[in-house]
This record gives sequence, C-alpha cells and structure tokens, in this order.
Amino acid sequence: MIEVRGLTKRYGDKVAVNDLTFDVAPGVVTGFLGPNGAGKSTTMRVVMGLDRPNAGSTSINGRRYHDLAWPLHEVGALLEAKAIHPGRSAFDHLWMLARTNHIARARVDAVLDLVGLTAVARKRAGTFSLGMGQRLGIAVALLGDPGVLLFDEPVNGLDADGIRWVRQLLRRLAGEGRTVLVSSHLMSEMAQTAHQVVVIARGRLVADTTIDDFTSRNARRSVRVRSPQAPRLAEVVTGAGGTVRTSDDDSLTVEGLDAARIGDLALANGLALHELTALSSTLEEAFMESTEGDLEYQVGGGARATPPPAGAS
Amino acid sequence: MTTTAPTRSVPPGRYGFGGVVAAEWTKLRSVRSSVWTLLVTAIVGVGLSAIVTTARASRFAERSGALRATFDPTRASLAGLFLAQLAIGVLGVLVVSAEYSTGTIHDTLSAVPRRLSVMSAKLLVFAGVSLVVGEAVSFASFLLGQRILLGKTPSASLHDAASLRAVVFGGLYLVLLGLIAMGFAWILRHTAAAISTFVGSLFVLPIIASTLPSSYANDIGRFLPANIGTVMLAAHTHDPSQFSAWVGLMLLGVYALVVLVGGGYVLVTRDA
Repeated sequence: MIEVRGLTKRYGDKVAVNDLTFDVAPGVVTGFLGPNGAGKSTTMRVVMGLDRPNAGSTSINGRRYHDLAWPLHEVGALLEAKAIHPGRSAFDHLWMLARTNHIARARVDAVLDLVGLTAVARKRAGTFSLGMGQRLGIAVALLGDPGVLLFDEPVNGLDADGIRWVRQLLRRLAGEGRTVLVSSHLMSEMAQTAHQVVVIARGRLVADTTIDDFTSRNARRSVRVRSPQAPRLAEVVTGAGGTVRTSDDDSLTVEGLDAARIGDLALANGLALHELTALSSTLEEAFMESTEGDLEYQVGGGARATPPPAGAS
Repeated sequence: MTTTAPTRSVPPGRYGFGGVVAAEWTKLRSVRSSVWTLLVTAIVGVGLSAIVTTARASRFAERSGALRATFDPTRASLAGLFLAQLAIGVLGVLVVSAEYSTGTIHDTLSAVPRRLSVMSAKLLVFAGVSLVVGEAVSFASFLLGQRILLGKTPSASLHDAASLRAVVFGGLYLVLLGLIAMGFAWILRHTAAAISTFVGSLFVLPIIASTLPSSYANDIGRFLPANIGTVMLAAHTHDPSQFSAWVGLMLLGVYALVVLVGGGYVLVTRDA
C-alpha cells in the first residue's frame, strides 16, 4: 500500500507536484500516467525517500520510507535505467545492495536468473545495452522480494519480447498480492497492463480511477473501417448513432460506436469488412480532452492550489 | 521468484550498520578504478621516494655545509607521499562522486535510507583501506629510502622516535587528506569539481598565500595543508614559524571534520 497525501514538491520556483493525493492498493497493477514532465518521477522519488517534499507526505505500508526496518524487503523500485557504475558487474551491484538488507547470495542469483542476466552477471555493466540495464533495474527492485513495487517507465529501451515480458511480470507480481505502481507516458502501454490508473498533469491529479473508466471518459475512441461498400456502411453507421469523421474511397473513421457494434451492423446488413481497427488515442490526446483550459500557473508562497484567475498563464 | 503471500514476512529487527559497511567494502573492491588508484598511490609514493633519495644521495657531497647540516633523511625518504596524496585524494573523491555520476546513489539510499549510515560506512571503509595503504607506502618509502641513503648521507632508523613518528604520521597524513577530498565530494557531488577543489587547497592556496605580505604569509601559511604535511613528514623541523607535527596532525583532523560535517549536512538536507 502506497499513500500520497497532499504532496507538493518544488524545484526552485518550478512546481513539479502540486497537492497530490492518491492511494495505490495491492493486488492490481496501477498505472501512473501523465505526459513527460507531469511529475511522475518526482512523486516516485519522494515516495522512495530520495527527495523531500515541500508539503504533504507519503508512506509505504503506513510508514515513512525513512522508518522502514528492512527497506528492500518492503519496497523495490526501478527509477532510472542503467543507474549503475559502468565498471561494476551486475552481480556485484546486486550483491552490495543485498548485503545492506541481509539478503542471501542465492537470492541475488535468483533475481539475475529471473531477469535473464545470468550469462552476463559477471561482466562490467558498462557493456550493457539500455534494455539490459532496464532488466538489471528490475532485478534491483525485486531483490528483497518486496510487497510494494514502483517502476518508472520500465519498458523504455526494451524490444517487443522484453515489453511483453515486463507486462506479464507486472501482472504476475500484482496477482501475487503485491502493490505495483508503474509509470508511463503511453496510454496504449497501460491499457494492456494496468487495471487502475492515477493520472496527473502538471503535477496535479486528473483522475484516480479504473483504466476503463478513464479511457471511456476522456480518450476519444474511434474505429477505422475499410469496406468495399464504404458509402453504404457510412449510412448504416450514422443510422445507428455513430459519427463518420473521415471517409475516402473505401475507409471510414467512426466515433461513437465501438468495433464490435460496427462489426455486428455490417453483418446484419450484409456488408463486407476488410478492416476493423479500434483506434485508441494517445494519452497526450486524452489529456487535451481531460485538461482542456487547465492553464499552468505558478504557486507563490502557499502550497495549496487555488483556482487561477481566468486567462492567467 | 518466490511466491509469497500478500502479507510478507520481514526479518526481525532492522537493518544494521554492519551490513552497510559490508556493502561499502563490496563497492570499493568490485570496481577496477579503486584498485588501480590504490596501486598508483603505492607505486607513485614509493617510486618517487626512491628517486628523490637517489638524487639526494648522489649529490650530497656537492651540497653546501648549511644544507648538509639541516638534511633530514626521514623527510627526504617520504618525499613520494606528496604525490601519493593526489592519488589517495582522487580515490576519496571517486568513492562518493561515482555514486552521483552513475546514479547508483538512488539504489544506495533506497536500501539504506538513514543517510548518515551510508556516509559513516563509506568513511570507515575508505579510512581503513587508506590507512593500510598509506602506512604501507610510508614505511616502504622510509625503509627503501634509508637503504639508498645509507653510507652516502646521514640516515635514519625506526629506532629513532622522531623518525618513527614521522613515518607513522606519513600514513595518517594520507588518510586525512583522503578524508578531506571525500568531504569535498559529499559537498559538491561532482568528480571534477571535487578534485579541483582538493588540488586547489593543496597547491593553489600556497601560491595565493605567497603573494601576501610576508608578515601575514607566515601566519597564514602554517595553516595550509601542504605546509602541515611538510612538518608532519619531517623528523626534525628547523622552521620555528611552522606548527609542530602534533599540532599539524590535529589541525588536519579538524579540517577533515569540518569538511565532512559540511558534506553530511548537504547529504541529509539536499535531495539525492
């Protein structure tokens, strides 16, 4: 369980996180979404006790990070890829962390095996690719077999196989009853992994809900359809309440109806479909919807957010 | 991967200082640069001492009577330590600044959120290693140097209390300078900046001091680490304007303490 309460963090006079409150519950993957620079990494750094908040607090299993008895047994985090001395081996990096929290050497070997780095465990980490660095970071997070896990953009630098592996791992970890918070700036990435989402923009909470709820409420979803009888299909779709946004010779972009409904309509009307693709908008697009008119403003002395005067920037 | 119940069992008690020290030892020995830096400290220290004593031995007869009268064989044989201090200082900086330049500091402080524990452990491991290497370099320099000087100049022996004191202080001098360098690294968090500051305090401060009027120059000059080193590494000091070796040792200790307290303050109060 991660709790964030009224968290405000400024760097100089730039407000990175502004009065942010949310919980991350165990048992499901929680996506931490927001465009680059929204304050996701800052929030994670405060939760991990690395940065000190200007106001508010964070806790893990009800305690401040600083007060954890065995930090690595309780929390694990991947905050940045390849944050390792280039001259040190993956094994030694894990082993030195293990020694601080009385973690056995066998466990170091086990996490190396889990992330697929056993073969290169004794090589200097400077030779690692970004993807291997990312895997090592995941090994660090899992080292103490903790019940709370934070991953900051864990799929960056991974190939398709790696991305699939991370998704499965995250779901498995959550399935084991762990608290899993995963940040991403890509809605599509989270849509396939997360159940719950915490969405922030410019350091403030935009949504704290299930991913389905957030998507249906904010993301403009459309369906691309190709059919040799496109004009006829357009009539059918419009008749059923959908909106045809764009059309050319044989393809349509439809809003207001989902792919299944359009497929059913085509079948019922005897129309052939050559393509039926649900298009989900990117998170950035969703943000334009969900944060429209939300202007960035500066917080002077007080940490509390007060509505900005209209037109202020 | 072990499958564990949602409520995980955590070992009894809490993490302790012993594990943190063990981790710092693993960090130091698992990186080639630290091993190399220690090797350079030893080779440069003993090597330069041998070169200087060889030069002194070969030219001693040609020197003036006054110079011959004040010749300190102990100090001559420890000359290499003035170069070794740079290598040990670089190591003192690197064990801290590399954590920041590589980003390892985040994993380190996540594993050990009590930051002063990390700092103390790092300090203890570095001080221990540099004490062993520093004393080894100092004794080896002295013994090799005296062998070279023997018969050609007056020479010294460890049976002489003043010489023994100077040789032991030689090792301590290296440790204290390493700790000062480490303190700069905790404050500045940047390899080049910390090394520059360290080297500046050794070699640039004396230049600045020498531009002062001579009445001030002596008063200020004797507080400089470089001059303190000169008296600490001598068996016999002939310059009454300098502090004694013991006062010098204490002063260096105070400098190290001040810089390290500053570093600890930065570590605890600033974001990692």
